[in-house]
Amino acid sequence: MGNKQTIFTDEQLDAYQDCTFFTRKEILRLHGRYHELAPHLVPMDYTNEPDCKVPLSLIVNMPELKENPFRNRIVESFSEGGDGNLSFNEFVDMFSVLSEMAPRELKAIYAFKIYDFNVDNFLCKEDLEKTLNRLTKEELTPEEVELVCDKTIEEADLDGDNKLSFADFENMISRAPDFLSTFHIRI
Amino acid sequence: MFCNFFRAQRLEEASKLSSWKQWRQSTQRTLRRLRDEAQEWLSSLKLWRADIHQIEGMFGTGILSYFSFLRFLVMLNLIIFLLMFSFVMLPIIIMFTTNVILFNIWNPFMELYPSSARRGLVIFHEHITDLLSGGGFLEQTYLFYGFYQVNQIHFPNIKYNLALAYLMTTIAYLFLSLIWIVKRSALGFKRNLVQDEDRFQSFCNKIFAGWDFCITNENAASLKRSSLLYELRTDLEEERIKQKIADRTRKEKCRIYLIRFILNIFVIGVLAGCFYSIYVATIFSQEHVEYLMYEYLPSIVITLANFITPLLFSVIINFEDYSPAFEIRFTLMRCVFMRLTSIGVLLFSLWSQITHCKDETCICGYNHELYSCWETRVGQEMYKLTVFDFIIIVAVTIFVEFPRKLIVRHCDCGLAKWWGQQEFSIPQNVLEIVYGQTICWIGTFYCPMLPAICTIKYFFIFYIKKVSLLKNCRPATRPFRASSSNFFFLAVLLIGLALACLPVSVSVAQINCSQACGPFVGYNTSWEVLPTAVSELPTGVRSVIEALSSEAFAVSFFVVTCLAMFYVIALAGAHKKVINQLREQLVLVSLVK
Repeated sequence: MGNKQTIFTDEQLDAYQDCTFFTRKEILRLHGRYHELAPHLVPMDYTNEPDCKVPLSLIVNMPELKENPFRNRIVESFSEGGDGNLSFNEFVDMFSVLSEMAPRELKAIYAFKIYDFNVDNFLCKEDLEKTLNRLTKEELTPEEVELVCDKTIEEADLDGDNKLSFADFENMISRAPDFLSTFHIRI
Repeated sequence: MFCNFFRAQRLEEASKLSSWKQWRQSTQRTLRRLRDEAQEWLSSLKLWRADIHQIEGMFGTGILSYFSFLRFLVMLNLIIFLLMFSFVMLPIIIMFTTNVILFNIWNPFMELYPSSARRGLVIFHEHITDLLSGGGFLEQTYLFYGFYQVNQIHFPNIKYNLALAYLMTTIAYLFLSLIWIVKRSALGFKRNLVQDEDRFQSFCNKIFAGWDFCITNENAASLKRSSLLYELRTDLEEERIKQKIADRTRKEKCRIYLIRFILNIFVIGVLAGCFYSIYVATIFSQEHVEYLMYEYLPSIVITLANFITPLLFSVIINFEDYSPAFEIRFTLMRCVFMRLTSIGVLLFSLWSQITHCKDETCICGYNHELYSCWETRVGQEMYKLTVFDFIIIVAVTIFVEFPRKLIVRHCDCGLAKWWGQQEFSIPQNVLEIVYGQTICWIGTFYCPMLPAICTIKYFFIFYIKKVSLLKNCRPATRPFRASSSNFFFLAVLLIGLALACLPVSVSVAQINCSQACGPFVGYNTSWEVLPTAVSELPTGVRSVIEALSSEAFAVSFFVVTCLAMFYVIALAGAHKKVINQLREQLVLVSLVK
């Protein structure tokens, strides 16, 4: 474009453009948002790739995530150690995967991670119960919760082990027509 | 992480590449950037982008699809109007403005067609009456078919056959609408076909793809939660009812079928009653044209019928004991049928009047004494329907929805609580605009400027509905999913298009066109222009066209299409068998492990 910005080098911006689904303008805007979250922590100048992470508690209070029942799990799935503190790269990654342009396969990978509460690479009944309770804020009776979870596993489980592996999940997502339009955050 | 690894790899590669490859990579990147920026600029030009974003954020994807459907219709009507304008109106405008061109009017009866424009001193309110009824001074404008008196125009170099252009443009806009709708619905249709086939994904869908991550508003979030809760409970209820239906005894089944039979007869009776009253109202209004109220009588009757029947249907369906999902769909189908067929009944009653003469057979094929220019009359009826539809939408919003909000908010009595706040009912709103679009498709042949009027009408309806949504409504407790709603809208629109093609083709091919006005003077029916024009073509092209329209070609084309269809169905069946086998294999493999 025309304006000289000193936050990133040109190469950094090109690299971000290549590995995320954002344009230059959007990446600079994202950096502005990231900086807003913790102005004292996040430097304005990223040319020498500082190593700083914004804590979980600040990120989940962003307006885009505040009302999401899975906000903690979302941030944890994109952080390196699972602790929820995101560096700028992880921050951009998160919004890139959740943007409109990310393909279904990529979104399915991260959706699986988000719904896997006990991080055992399977969506077992407890994971489903936790998901359901987060969604409905525990307004369903325990019998209803159990019925729904049983039906869900019955619908999606292909190999009959009473829990959903990633293959089951991906197959089910490929037939869920709403997934692409709902698994999307606009920033 | 994803990004870090990729960046390190790229920087390493960049240092190894030769300068030529680096230059090529950097040009590719620049081009990609330019393309992204161009796309961004183009999408920012899209009409109402900001408004639709706002609605999506507050009300979710179901209502968003209604508004993007409205935008689609605005664009469609604009394109149809541009088509009509450039092929039908523009030549006549050029003809009138440049006097050098010779024109050929083949209309010996022109003097016999009395102008109904008012003469002498005209009182102002009569202009308003004319504007609302499409009569008077409006009859002699580009608005109606009767104005296009020209058969052919001789420009300096070419001969422009206006009659042929009029007919071809009609066919073209119907065809264009069909293709555009099919293209738009192709994706939704595929998904809906997969989804409907086995309802085996309903719970998974709701849990994993149910929450709309775009929601940022606290109210919207709690509403979404309650709608999800409602959906889950409905699904559980559906499971229970399925179990109950499977457990039904023979005696209960007979009783249910008897009840359903009686209620269906009742519904048919109600529909017949409505159609008969529309027929009577049309004949009455054709015979008495003194008051504006009488002219609008058919529109009023249709609107009343369309208001009462959905309420009736939703009460009846409770007694028929279907599963909840089927109940919704069946009621909707009945409402769609009612709305769109009422236009057909109106047209049928108009035509029965037009082709009915005092002594049994009409000489010209239509009643040339009463209806010297019957196409203009039909055009006026369509125009009145459109205007009345718009007036009703505005009036309901202002005089029903706003007071309702005020009453519910400030009054604490039991009645207000029972009535509740307005819900934005997507199916009824969609039916409203599909009804308007069907009128537009039928009416464009008789009233070439109707698409422009409809474009303006939908433009204003967007803002009216948006304001009403934001101020008065809360989102429906019965949620409407985005994917199936897109398919539903376009399916109803296709039904409307099919229903619109019918009257247009009947009037073009069967009913004799009026000999006192319009571009088809001298021909028996409007369709005759085409064979006449074809017979004037050079021999080679003519024989090709005649071969294409012969019975032999039609029959063989039909046979080939049927064969293709059977092949595709057989293929789908084979695929399904393979999928089932693979599923069984998966289970076996995991058991063996």
